[in-house]
Amino acid sequence: MAIGQQTLPLPGLAQQGAEKQRADHLLVAGMVTPGSRVLDVGCGDGDLLQLLENRGIDGRGIELSREGVNRCVAKGLAVVQGDADTDLVNYPDDAFDYVILSQTLQATRQPKAVLENLLRIGRRAIVSFPNFGFWKMRLQLLVGGHMPRTENLPATWYDTPNIHFCTIKDFVQLCDEINVKMERAVALDLYGRPVPLTLPWWVWNMFGEQGVFLLTRG
Amino acid sequence: MVSVKSVPSPGIAEERSHEADNPTSLLARFGADQPLKLDCGVDLSPFQIAYQTYGTLNAERSNAILICHALTADQHVANVHPVTGKPGWWENMVGRGLPLDVDRYFIICANVIGGCMGSTGPASTNPATGKPWGLDFPVVTIPDMVRAQAMLLDRLGIDTLFCVVGGSMGGMQVLQWTVAYPERVFSALPTACSTRHSAQNIAFHELGRQAVMADPNWHQGRYAEQATLPHRGLAVARMAAHITYLSDAALHRKFGRRMQDRDLPTFSFDADFQVESYLRYQGSSFVERFDANSYLYLTRAMDYFDIAADHDGVLARAFRGIKTRFCVVSFTSDWLFPTAESRALVHALNASSARVSFAEIETDKGHDAFLLDVPEYFDISRGFLQSAGKARGLGG
Repeated sequence: MAIGQQTLPLPGLAQQGAEKQRADHLLVAGMVTPGSRVLDVGCGDGDLLQLLENRGIDGRGIELSREGVNRCVAKGLAVVQGDADTDLVNYPDDAFDYVILSQTLQATRQPKAVLENLLRIGRRAIVSFPNFGFWKMRLQLLVGGHMPRTENLPATWYDTPNIHFCTIKDFVQLCDEINVKMERAVALDLYGRPVPLTLPWWVWNMFGEQGVFLLTRG
Repeated sequence: MVSVKSVPSPGIAEERSHEADNPTSLLARFGADQPLKLDCGVDLSPFQIAYQTYGTLNAERSNAILICHALTADQHVANVHPVTGKPGWWENMVGRGLPLDVDRYFIICANVIGGCMGSTGPASTNPATGKPWGLDFPVVTIPDMVRAQAMLLDRLGIDTLFCVVGGSMGGMQVLQWTVAYPERVFSALPTACSTRHSAQNIAFHELGRQAVMADPNWHQGRYAEQATLPHRGLAVARMAAHITYLSDAALHRKFGRRMQDRDLPTFSFDADFQVESYLRYQGSSFVERFDANSYLYLTRAMDYFDIAADHDGVLARAFRGIKTRFCVVSFTSDWLFPTAESRALVHALNASSARVSFAEIETDKGHDAFLLDVPEYFDISRGFLQSAGKARGLGG
């Protein structure tokens, strides 16, 4: 019940032509060294994988939905049907240079175990997730008194596949707890623009709509 | 005893036995200097391989695709069958502009060793006796079939296959190719198959074999010399097997409980139901085109198949370090080779860090879906081959 159940639409990043790529995909792809081997966990329709392959990166994918998998395979992408919570254990240690978990962490049953597996299979992991500490979320809970819903996370609390929301601060704490090192951390605002690096953490956690992290083993 | 409507006409049976030795196909003969080393320890010699080709081999010899056929199919993939006069068994997949595009690829399909359409098998003449081999033919395995195909490719001067493709028993051969000759297989498309035959599948095969051998016309496999055929036994075997190729939903959709040319039951054991009539037809038409002994041998070959057993029981070991690109396909309603079997294969390939795609296609058509009109299967096959072609440097 974990991977790619919901592709999160990102405002301001809508496809405006065949070449137009999502800003978070471009950011993630930019973190990957050309020529490396990459596993994209929860690869959806394979847009990020396609972008990586076009850059000469040997990309593989896992996707939960049968429709997503079959569309990827028909595009010639090396994608298998599988579940992040149960199937990552089948991959050997150090099988990949990077393992990517894009907008999927919050939908896994055991985010901690998944994160540990990412960094067992891959020398590095790239994780992006919606930041539940984003000011709009806080405001809805504080003022509205109801579970937050945004353009990117439109599902109601009772039918959302996202069962483990966290804030950027929570994620940083988890990384510390399981001894994972952050090589790079970027928060993107609502329009997909990076929040300036010079600003302190609490600003990121408030104004970052999503966080993108490049991780290594501690 | 089941009544089979049509007893095979002697003309067709004769034609088929003629095909066993002198096929309407291309033929590669291997003499005493090139025996086929069988798993059972026998050196089969002389032997021959009957095969068909479609398309043109390019100058670099890099565009060859080998199709491995299923249990009761043969090399006549995309041409009129010389015995039945029917179209080839994969004409929806192989042809101009189709996923296995004859304008782009050089396509080869060889009758398996142990078959009855021109490659040496129990229906072929044993040179030592001048009579059909019958049960004197050595028991062959899936690896034996692949070894023979490799010898054919050597003969054709093809070092590396761009792709090996096949469903069911053909898929087993595809997997065996990647295990036995990984460096000769650039990509592999095994469909609706498994790395080993399950107990249930062995059980169904045993049922079929016992039906053949229980037919008094079988004569311990020497029916040709008695100028007869175990047509009842083979028809029953085919009927039972055919049920396993379909699904409950497909049978219901095609036939339901509808009656055959009547409105009321006849209170007899006549074929009152359409599904009975259909099965009887499947049984009797099969008898005309297939050799009963060959059926025994090929089902046995599938039963023995178990890749992990040859690698200390660890499947992933079989694929260690493999460079071949895989596309594994299964069908939701296939209960003969269920998705779980493909998933086990994919896990082993993942454990070997192989480049693998795996798609499960939703259909109610059962195991036979790979032979039928399933557009998603065509799209996936085409996409996989095009992407592999790009990596192989095959032009647009």
